[in-house]
Amino acid sequence: MFDIDKWQEIFSTIKKNKLRTFLTGFSVAWGIFMLIILLGSGKGLQNGVETQFKQDAVNSIWLWPGQTSKTYKGYSLGRRIQFTNDDYDQINNKIDGVEEISARFFTRGSGTIAYKNEYGAFDIISCHPGYQKIENASMKEGRFVNDIDIFKYRKVTTIGLKVAEALFKEEDPIGKYLNVNGIPFMVVGVFTDPNERDMTRIYIPVSTAQRIFNGGNKLHRLTFTTNKSAEASEQLIADVRKDFAKRHHFDPEDDQAVFIHNTLKEFKQFQNLFAGIRIFVWIVGIGTIIAGIVGVSNIMMIVVKERTKEIGIRKAIGASPASIIGLVLLESILITSVAGYVGLVLGVGLLEVLSSAMESVPFIKDPQADFSVAIKATLLLIFSGAIAGFVPANRAARIKPIVALRDE
Amino acid sequence: MIRIENLHKSYVTGLNKLHVLKGIDLDIRSGELVSVMGSSGSGKSTLLNIIGILDNYDQGNYILDNLLIKEMSEKKAALLRNKYIGFVFQSFNLISFKNAMENVALPLYYQKVSLKKRNLAAMEFLDRMGLKEWATHHPSELSGGQKQRIAIARALITKPKIILADEPTGALDTATSYEVMEIFKEINDLGITVIIVTHEKDISEMTNKIIRLKDGFIESINGEKLLVDEYEKEYSHV
Repeated sequence: MFDIDKWQEIFSTIKKNKLRTFLTGFSVAWGIFMLIILLGSGKGLQNGVETQFKQDAVNSIWLWPGQTSKTYKGYSLGRRIQFTNDDYDQINNKIDGVEEISARFFTRGSGTIAYKNEYGAFDIISCHPGYQKIENASMKEGRFVNDIDIFKYRKVTTIGLKVAEALFKEEDPIGKYLNVNGIPFMVVGVFTDPNERDMTRIYIPVSTAQRIFNGGNKLHRLTFTTNKSAEASEQLIADVRKDFAKRHHFDPEDDQAVFIHNTLKEFKQFQNLFAGIRIFVWIVGIGTIIAGIVGVSNIMMIVVKERTKEIGIRKAIGASPASIIGLVLLESILITSVAGYVGLVLGVGLLEVLSSAMESVPFIKDPQADFSVAIKATLLLIFSGAIAGFVPANRAARIKPIVALRDE
Repeated sequence: MIRIENLHKSYVTGLNKLHVLKGIDLDIRSGELVSVMGSSGSGKSTLLNIIGILDNYDQGNYILDNLLIKEMSEKKAALLRNKYIGFVFQSFNLISFKNAMENVALPLYYQKVSLKKRNLAAMEFLDRMGLKEWATHHPSELSGGQKQRIAIARALITKPKIILADEPTGALDTATSYEVMEIFKEINDLGITVIIVTHEKDISEMTNKIIRLKDGFIESINGEKLLVDEYEKEYSHV
């Protein structure tokens, strides 16, 4: 394989036939280029969509109340369902497979929040400690709302980075008091969130919110994450719905009474969609490469035909069939690999350019073909070079020197 | 060196079968300078190709240097060609994209001789042919005589036992032809068996042994008739 003389032989042939070599290589380079671009954009789209998903936990289930659309056991139609702390306790304690859970009590409108002379209108979200995981928020400083805050109705708040920047400027917000709709809340933490907009929120304990805003034990939202698979989560949802139907007295078949949204299922569906897209891209890409292989094979066939006489001469002066096969096969592999590599580099290069140019485009992020794809593509190239060279090489080896020498 | 016994060869083209060699018996000793003559279609090129292990035969025996050459694998044939035989062709058959030195060195490549050594050897043989200055030229830049001398250098570089030349002067003018023949004679003086196929009488007369072929038989060796003409046979009693 690593015979310098053989390579010199091959290089001298290639050098004598630059245009032919270029044209042969071009078809392969184009095939690989297209494959990389297709795979890269597919990946970019997937990354983009996944990033959108990952702004919140991807395994969360969201519940919000509606109105009954069916009469049930004497209860009338159009009755509003109201969540309470009992619902929270029920899910937290009785339902299997719940990881993090939080309820929300809606304060009316967005609040005016002030610190000293700085004012701003920010969203006030009341929640349980589990909400941090649900929102995929991470702490920059201090801590999130905790169970003791809930238990003791503490007037504390964890604020978004943007709120901190807007109100506190250079100051450290931890331990300072914010004026929330006229009520002082102590800042205990600052959080960041993958979703920019969520960083303009402040989180307060749900129990405190209920007490301040006269909410009693009422709740407006229930959200929890689950460790179950996408399929099992559907069963979980069915169980939750049955449980709510029993306690809130509505028809278990009534899908208007309580709305349940399963991000896990949606996420899985998207993942399946992208798996499909990936397969499709590979099929198209490999199709393009096959066209390249056929092209190379075809041209090598012509090359062998053209070189019939030369091959005959070589055989007459002592070339074995194996050395002739090696000559044609290696030339084919060399052209395919080098050209394919060029296509690979150009493809990856273009993706890099696109990647930086499309940073602001939603749903597309980091369009790139990863390393394993590059490795696979390289192996594919060598393999395809061998395939492309095989038929012509075989034909070359079978040329009888005597016939070849007569060939004018 | 070469012994051929009752050699038969026919070509099949489609439905037609062409019987080219119809029982050849021939002995060529080491160091002979032989010419094979005959009109086109007499089978002289076919005979040369079989002697050169470029082609196989249907029937009989061909013994080269005490080795029976029969039903040989291509690999073995290539090896024997490389070791025993040097070829010189009418149309030179140099590789167009290689320069003179590379062309001469090529047989040594198939003997796995290193690049440096084979180029050195090639230069030596080119020098012997008086073509040292032309080493880096490509065949298209050379005259017919020069090309044929390069081809001869290529045939000689493996130090073969036999040189087979198929119409080596066919594409050359008379003066150049004679020059080439002088080279063949010199080669023969070194003890190498030289077999030249030609249809030119003056060329054949420069050899020691003239074999005439006719219709697939040996008609005569050095003018001694071996084959009685069919025509004569039929009318000899008259």
